[in-house]
Amino acid sequence: MRHVLSVLVENEPGVLSRIAGLFSGRGYNIETLNVGPTLDREVSLMTIATSAPEVVIEQIIKQLRKLVTVIKVVDMNDHVAVEREMMLAKVGAEGDKRAEILRIVDIFRCKVVDVSPDELTIEATGDRGKLDAIVALLQRFGIKEIARTGAVAMKRSMQ
Amino acid sequence: MELTGAQILFESLKKEGVDAVFGFPGGAVIDIYDEMPRHPEIRHYLVRHEQGAIHAADGYARATGKVGVCLVTSGPGATNTVTGIANAYMDSIPVVIFTGQVPSPLIGNDAFQEVDIVGITRPCTKHNYLVKDVTRLAGVIKEAFYLARTGRPGPVLVDLPKDVIQARAEFKYPRQVRMRSYNPTLTPNAKQVARALEAICQADRPLFYVGGGVVSSDSHRELTWLAKKLNVPVTATLMGLGSFPGHEPLWLGMLGMHGTYAANRAVQECDLLIAVGARFDDRVTGKLATFAPNAKVIHIDVDPTSIRKNVRVDVPIVADCRETLVALKAQVEAASDPKGLCRARKDWTATLKTWKIDHPLTYNGGDSGEIKPQAVVETIYELTKGEAIISTEVGQNQMWAAQFYNYHKPRTLLTSGGLGTMGYGFPAAIGAQVAFPDKLVIDVAGDGSIQMCIQEMATAMCYDLPVKIVILNNGYLGMVRQWQELFYKKNYCATCMDWAPDFVKLAQAYGAEGYRVTDPAQVKPVLKQAFGNGKLTIVDVVVSQEENVYPMVPAGASLHEMLLV
Repeated sequence: MRHVLSVLVENEPGVLSRIAGLFSGRGYNIETLNVGPTLDREVSLMTIATSAPEVVIEQIIKQLRKLVTVIKVVDMNDHVAVEREMMLAKVGAEGDKRAEILRIVDIFRCKVVDVSPDELTIEATGDRGKLDAIVALLQRFGIKEIARTGAVAMKRSMQ
Repeated sequence: MELTGAQILFESLKKEGVDAVFGFPGGAVIDIYDEMPRHPEIRHYLVRHEQGAIHAADGYARATGKVGVCLVTSGPGATNTVTGIANAYMDSIPVVIFTGQVPSPLIGNDAFQEVDIVGITRPCTKHNYLVKDVTRLAGVIKEAFYLARTGRPGPVLVDLPKDVIQARAEFKYPRQVRMRSYNPTLTPNAKQVARALEAICQADRPLFYVGGGVVSSDSHRELTWLAKKLNVPVTATLMGLGSFPGHEPLWLGMLGMHGTYAANRAVQECDLLIAVGARFDDRVTGKLATFAPNAKVIHIDVDPTSIRKNVRVDVPIVADCRETLVALKAQVEAASDPKGLCRARKDWTATLKTWKIDHPLTYNGGDSGEIKPQAVVETIYELTKGEAIISTEVGQNQMWAAQFYNYHKPRTLLTSGGLGTMGYGFPAAIGAQVAFPDKLVIDVAGDGSIQMCIQEMATAMCYDLPVKIVILNNGYLGMVRQWQELFYKKNYCATCMDWAPDFVKLAQAYGAEGYRVTDPAQVKPVLKQAFGNGKLTIVDVVVSQEENVYPMVPAGASLHEMLLV
């Protein structure tokens, strides 16, 4: 099953490779991983989406907690959480395709962030399902390039 | 007053009570060596290969319970320690490794003797550091020792760029370590302890399965008390040997691939398995699906990742083994129903006794005139009465040393359990002999393994360390040959050691003593002479060539599917 893990780590060199090395060395799967600063400059937040049977997820969480540079691991699947991912997609938009693409952009509340005579670059934000749906819809116009951030997640205030 | 990085290193080592460092110099650490003569209270042992340094530090740590220390230069010096670091990591041995590094401005420039040792050792250290600022050095060393010996012990590496060693800073050794991200749970949950005791009370066929955690937490006394008081028989892993006296009636011997019949049958028949400081390694469990099929499982381990990694656990206790056993002992003493807890369980003990009598560890003595390797180990035990420190190489020699020597005390067997490192035994014996100059330290070796770190003969000679190397010389890489015989249609590919040195002459070349034994009648007198001569000695015992280690559970089979002699 897919789990999203929120991992607070010491903000120091090599910490990413410790985490990534843990996954690769033990044969765990990383679906997405992103890192960013927190309010505390000495601490970074990693959000890791991973898929594995539950017993393996338990090991992943325990192994992460065992790393000396890991401060806290929260399994977002244990909570009601908001999950978001951002995507940029460059789509072929020649001639009459353009209007239909813009309609999709409108329906999904995306934004056009760059335009050229034959391309549109679209910024989309949402959970994984929504982004997958946008990709599926845009594919027939020809997606030339795509960049996704991977999930970030946060517990909802009302649990 | 400001000190150089090198001075800070030595002052910090003194604060940690370090008295022995195993090392090998080089350009990146030359400033440390330059400082060394001014600190005679820290003895440096110059090895002949960095693998020898790390294994010796590891052997020192296993024999004493203290943190072993190893110092090597950058690049090849550092990479030569990797096998030994992985070895210590797999067996949870506290070692701190100091590696030299090229000066900070050169890091990343493919400088001479540069290697990313922090990157290389990330998966095989408990933690590691690259010290970038001399003002952080003392703090990092404090943390490194703290990490190495607390929680689940393990190796910690500190990489020291040359400019950091040369730079100056005020020396202030921290009194305490505060790490928000590292707080091992040491005290057991009282409710879980009570649940464990209740399970023991209800069990008709309980069994202690103990591992290296009992040794490293020094909880053998509590274990022995509990086992005797509660009438629970004990089996141990290779790493756990010595944590329960080998001459006690409740002792079943080692379990697992080369475990005793009684121990393995006991695992399969028990209704409660009490795992203490053991991690259900595949060499212990055999086929997981049929391991201890009828048992409830209590698992005590300081490392949460060990629990439920391989087997389902009914009562998990994440805590220090010693603290847990002390808590169990207290609850036993306060129990309202001591009779229920401490009942004799006569059926169970009688069954076990029958198994022990019907299927003891044995071998075909034969009258071929050949020396049986098992008999050599038995003779070592007879001569030492379990008072020696035994180290082993890896392979058949290791298993015979585990099976046919009765370990009475913890820290008397130094052996590479998890990684199975050939070449470990001799340098480890050197480390133990450094710690205990007056004790008899014997490396039970094979003719294959001993050649992997044989150059440390010079180290042992140089520091007058009278280690005894007993080579069970069968002319083969015996354990692989055994597998080839049993499972690969006797295709003895690359396991015959066609050419070996004359070990007696080799010993003499180093200035040591060398004996060869080819006659069974000579085994005892020659070993006796060797053990009493006060010198570094090789005893080359020419043993029967195709002797196998039995019992044996084939890899992937269930524990009750043992091949017997």
